[in-house]
Amino acid sequence: MRYLPLTQDDRAAMLARIGAGSVDDLFRDVPESARRSSVIEGLPSHLGELEVERRLKTLAARNLPAGSVPSFMGAGAYRHHIPAAVDHLIQRGEFLTSYTPYQPEVSQGTLQYLFEFQTQVALLTGMDVANASMYDGSTACAEAVMMANRVTKRSRAVLSGGLHPHYAEVTRTQARWTGFDAVDAPPDITGTEDLASLVDDTTSCIVVQNPSVFGHIRDLSALAEACHAKGALLVVVVTEIVSLGLLTPPGEMGADIVVAEGQSLGNALNFGGPYVGLFATRDKFVRQMPGRLCGETIDADGKRGWVLTLSTREQHIRREKATSNICTNSGLCALAFTIHLSLLGEAGFQKLARLNHAAAIGLADRLAKVPGVSVINRGFFNEFTIRLRGDAAAIVDRLAEQRILAGVPVSRLIPGKPELANLLLVAATETNTEADMDAFAAALAEVV
Amino acid sequence: MAMNSTGRGTTRPETGEGGMPADTFSGNRGLAMEEPLIFEQGEPARAGVDLPEPPIAELRLGDVKPRSGIGLPGLSEPQVIRHFTRLSQKNYAIDAGLYPLGSCTMKHNPRLNEAMARLPGFADIHPLQPVATVQGALELIDSLARWLLDLTGMAAVAMSPGAGAHGEQCGMIAIRAALEARGDKRSRVLVPESAHGTNPATAAALGYAVDAIPGAADGRVDTAALAAKLGPDVAAIMLTNPNTCGLFEHDIIEIARLVHDAGALFYCDGANFNAIVGRVRPADLGIDAMHINLHKTFSTPHGGGGPGAGPVVLSHALASFAPASAVVRGPNGFSLAEHPEGSSFGRLKAFHGQMGMFVRALAYILSHGADGLLQASSDAVLNANYVLASLQDVMSPAFPGPCMHEALFDDRFLKETGVSTLDFAKAMLDEGYHPMTVYFPLAVHGAMLIEPTESESKESLDLFIATLRYLAERAKAGASEHFVAAPRLTPRRRLDETGAARKPVLRWRPEEQLDQAAE
Repeated sequence: MRYLPLTQDDRAAMLARIGAGSVDDLFRDVPESARRSSVIEGLPSHLGELEVERRLKTLAARNLPAGSVPSFMGAGAYRHHIPAAVDHLIQRGEFLTSYTPYQPEVSQGTLQYLFEFQTQVALLTGMDVANASMYDGSTACAEAVMMANRVTKRSRAVLSGGLHPHYAEVTRTQARWTGFDAVDAPPDITGTEDLASLVDDTTSCIVVQNPSVFGHIRDLSALAEACHAKGALLVVVVTEIVSLGLLTPPGEMGADIVVAEGQSLGNALNFGGPYVGLFATRDKFVRQMPGRLCGETIDADGKRGWVLTLSTREQHIRREKATSNICTNSGLCALAFTIHLSLLGEAGFQKLARLNHAAAIGLADRLAKVPGVSVINRGFFNEFTIRLRGDAAAIVDRLAEQRILAGVPVSRLIPGKPELANLLLVAATETNTEADMDAFAAALAEVV
Repeated sequence: MAMNSTGRGTTRPETGEGGMPADTFSGNRGLAMEEPLIFEQGEPARAGVDLPEPPIAELRLGDVKPRSGIGLPGLSEPQVIRHFTRLSQKNYAIDAGLYPLGSCTMKHNPRLNEAMARLPGFADIHPLQPVATVQGALELIDSLARWLLDLTGMAAVAMSPGAGAHGEQCGMIAIRAALEARGDKRSRVLVPESAHGTNPATAAALGYAVDAIPGAADGRVDTAALAAKLGPDVAAIMLTNPNTCGLFEHDIIEIARLVHDAGALFYCDGANFNAIVGRVRPADLGIDAMHINLHKTFSTPHGGGGPGAGPVVLSHALASFAPASAVVRGPNGFSLAEHPEGSSFGRLKAFHGQMGMFVRALAYILSHGADGLLQASSDAVLNANYVLASLQDVMSPAFPGPCMHEALFDDRFLKETGVSTLDFAKAMLDEGYHPMTVYFPLAVHGAMLIEPTESESKESLDLFIATLRYLAERAKAGASEHFVAAPRLTPRRRLDETGAARKPVLRWRPEEQLDQAAE
C-alpha cells in the first residue's frame, strides 16, 4: 500500500520491542464482542492511483461544470476567475499540510497570513477588527447573532426578509436549540421592508443582508441608528464580498458586526464548500468574538512575530464558558482569499467590482427586453431578481437541458410559496461574456 | 544589535564567536528570509492582475453611494509569489517532517486527492445547479456516506457539518431533539475530565449543565463514578473513544448499557476513530452519534487550521432528526432533500456540506480499500506502541500500555530538572521536530501526547525516539538552560504571548493612524 512505509520485517521488529505477539494483542482492551481482526466483508480492496482516478473522473463527468456553459448562478456562491498563482501557492506543502499554529515559532507563515487576512477583512468591511475565519458565511451569521445576544444580554434577533434563506435557517436552528428568539420578516422581494419598526427594547440585533438575497442594495445608516437608539446591534451580512469593491462598506453605515462569505475571492464553487466565513466587529466587542485571533507580538530577541491570542474566549481554554465551540476553521480558504486579494490590490479589486456591476447591468438590460420578463430591482450589484411569465424552476430546468445555467429559482430557496414561484435570481460576473448573455436572453425568449 | 520592527538589522552586524556572524545586515540568515507584511510593500499603482477597463456605464446602485478608497496594497504577481513562498518557508508541515501532534492526526496527505478535488466536474459546480446536472456529485456524496456507514455500522449519516466541533453540535442537537420528541426534557450532560474542550463548549451552548466525570487510575472513565452520576435528568454522555489519553475505554459496552438504561443517549467524540477503522465498528459499542473528522481519519489536509469536515453517523434512534441537506437515492437518480422536513432538527450550514473534502476523503478511502484502512489503523497503533515502548525507561508514561494510536507521557521524568513540558517541547523545535500536543489532556500533569500516525517509517521513528531520549537524558543531566532558552534555531524564538493578549494588535494600520492613536 503506497501510503504505508512499514514492511513486514519492520512490524515484526517493532512488535518484538513492544513485547506483543501480534498487532491484535495491542487491541486487547477492545471488548471481545466488538473486536475484529479481519477486513469488513463486502468492501473493496485497495486501488492504484490510475484506477482511483478513473472512478472519480467518471463521477466528475456526470456533472455539468458551470464554467463550461453560460452560467448566471449566485445566491451565495459566485463564479469568479481565480488567478493561477492562488492555487499554486495554497498547494505548497508548508501551507497545505500544517495545522493550527499551536507552536508559533514554527508557524510564523500561517500566523502572518492570518494577520494579513484579518487586516484585509477589516479594511473591506470598514470595521476595526476581524477574526481568522469561520466555516462559512451562514455559520458566521448565526455566530454573529449569538455574539449580539451576549453583548446586549438580550435574546431576540430580527432577521431581514432579504437574508439568504439558508442563512436564516441556520440561525433559526441555532435559535431553537440554543435558546433565543429569531423573528423572521417576510420575504422582501422589493427591497423596501421597514426593519426599524421591528426594533424594540428586547431586540438584541437586526440581521440584514446587503446586497440582499434578491440583489437589492440599501443605505443602512438609518437602520443602524434605530438599532442603537434601542440598545440593539446591527449585524450586516454580505454574501458577495466583491461588492465591497464598489459599495459603501457596512462599517461606514454603522454596523456593529459584519459577517460575510469570502468564497468569491480565491475559492472555487466546490458545490457549496469548503468556503470561508468572514467575521468583523468593533474593537470594543473583541472579547465577545468567536473563533481564532492572530495578534502581533515580539520574540525573545525583540523581533516582531505573531501568535494566536485572546484564547481565553476559546473552547480549549475556557471549555463550557467559551464564546463558541469552533476549533478547526477555514485556514486554507482564508489563505486563498488573502492571496487573491493581494494580487488584485486596491486598483484591481475596485476594477473587478466595477466589471461585475457592468456585467450585471448588461445582463439586466438584455433580459428586460425579453417579452414576459421584468427586472424587479432598481439598484443592484452583480445579482438581481427577475419575474418570469411561468414557473422559474421549470424554466431553469429547460434551459439546463440546453446547457445554460440560468440562475437560482427563488422557490429552490423558499419552497411552498406560489407567489414566489415565478421569481428567478440572476447573477453576472467578470467571467460572463457578451455572447453568454446574448445566448441566455435568446434562450429565455424561447421558453418564457 | 538594534532591530527594526520587521526583524531587519539597522546597524552593521558585529562578528560573533568563531568568526560566525552574530547577525546579518539584511536580517536574513541563509535561506531563512525576513518578510514584511503585504501592507508594508504595496504601491497603490501596482496590481498582480490585468483586468479590462470597465465600461464607463452609469452605476445602478439605487440610493447607495460608491465607496472611496479601501486601503489595500498593490503588488505585482512576482511579489505576491515571493511573499507567500517566503511565508510558507516559516512553517513546519507533515510534508517536511514528523508532526506528532496528539489528537490531531497529522498523517500524510496524498496529492492524488488534491488533483481529484480540482476536477472541474467537482470544483466548478454550483451548489444550486439543477440536480439533473450534478448527478455525479450526489453519487459521490452517497458513496462516501455508504463507506462511513459500513465502517461504523451505524444507521444514518449527516454529511453537512463543517468540522468536528460542528459535528458535535449536530449530534448533540439530534440527541436533544430525540429526547424532546418523546417529551423528555433533560438538563445535564456528562463529560469526562479528559475531554476535548469542544465537548463541554458544545453541551453548554445547548443549555445543558456540564457535569465532569472523574477519571480512574488506569486513564479510563471511572465507571462506578459515572453510574453514580446517571439519573433521569441526564440527557447524554459525551465520551471520546479511543479516549484523549490514547486508551480504549474497555468498559464502553457496559457504559453504553448504563447510559441507555438511564434513558440517556451516547455521544462519541470520533476524533480518534483513525485508531480503530476497520477493527471496531462504533455501532457494536452502543454509540448513538459520532462525528468523523475527515481531516484526521481520512486525511483531507489540515491546511493550517481547516477547512475540515465533520459528518456525523447516527443510530436508528436519531436517524430521523438529521439536518438538511441530505442526498436521496431514488429510482430515477439522486435528489437533494434541502429543506428540513418531518422531525429533522433544521439546518447547520448553507448548501450541502464540504464537497471538496468529500472528494479527497473518498479518494483516500478508495486508495486504501477495506484492507488498506485496516492496515493503516493497525500501523498507527503499532507506531504509537513502539514509541511508548522505546521511551518508557527515560520518559514517564502516564499509563501502562498498550495504547491505541497515541502515547501519553506526563512530566514526572522532568521532576526537579528545572525543565517544564513547554521547555522540552521547545527544545524539540531546535532538533527539527514539531512537538507533540502538550498540556492536554488536562487530567495528566504536564501532558505530552505523541501521535506518530501510520505515515512514519521505522527509520523515521527510530531517529525521533533517539532524539527524545537524548533530550530526556540531557534534561536529567542538569542542562536546563539548554531547554529554557530554546528554541534558538527557528524563524522566531519564544514569543511574548502575555504581551500579545494584554495589548492586542490584531491588524495592521498605516503609520499615520498609529501616530494619531498615540496622541
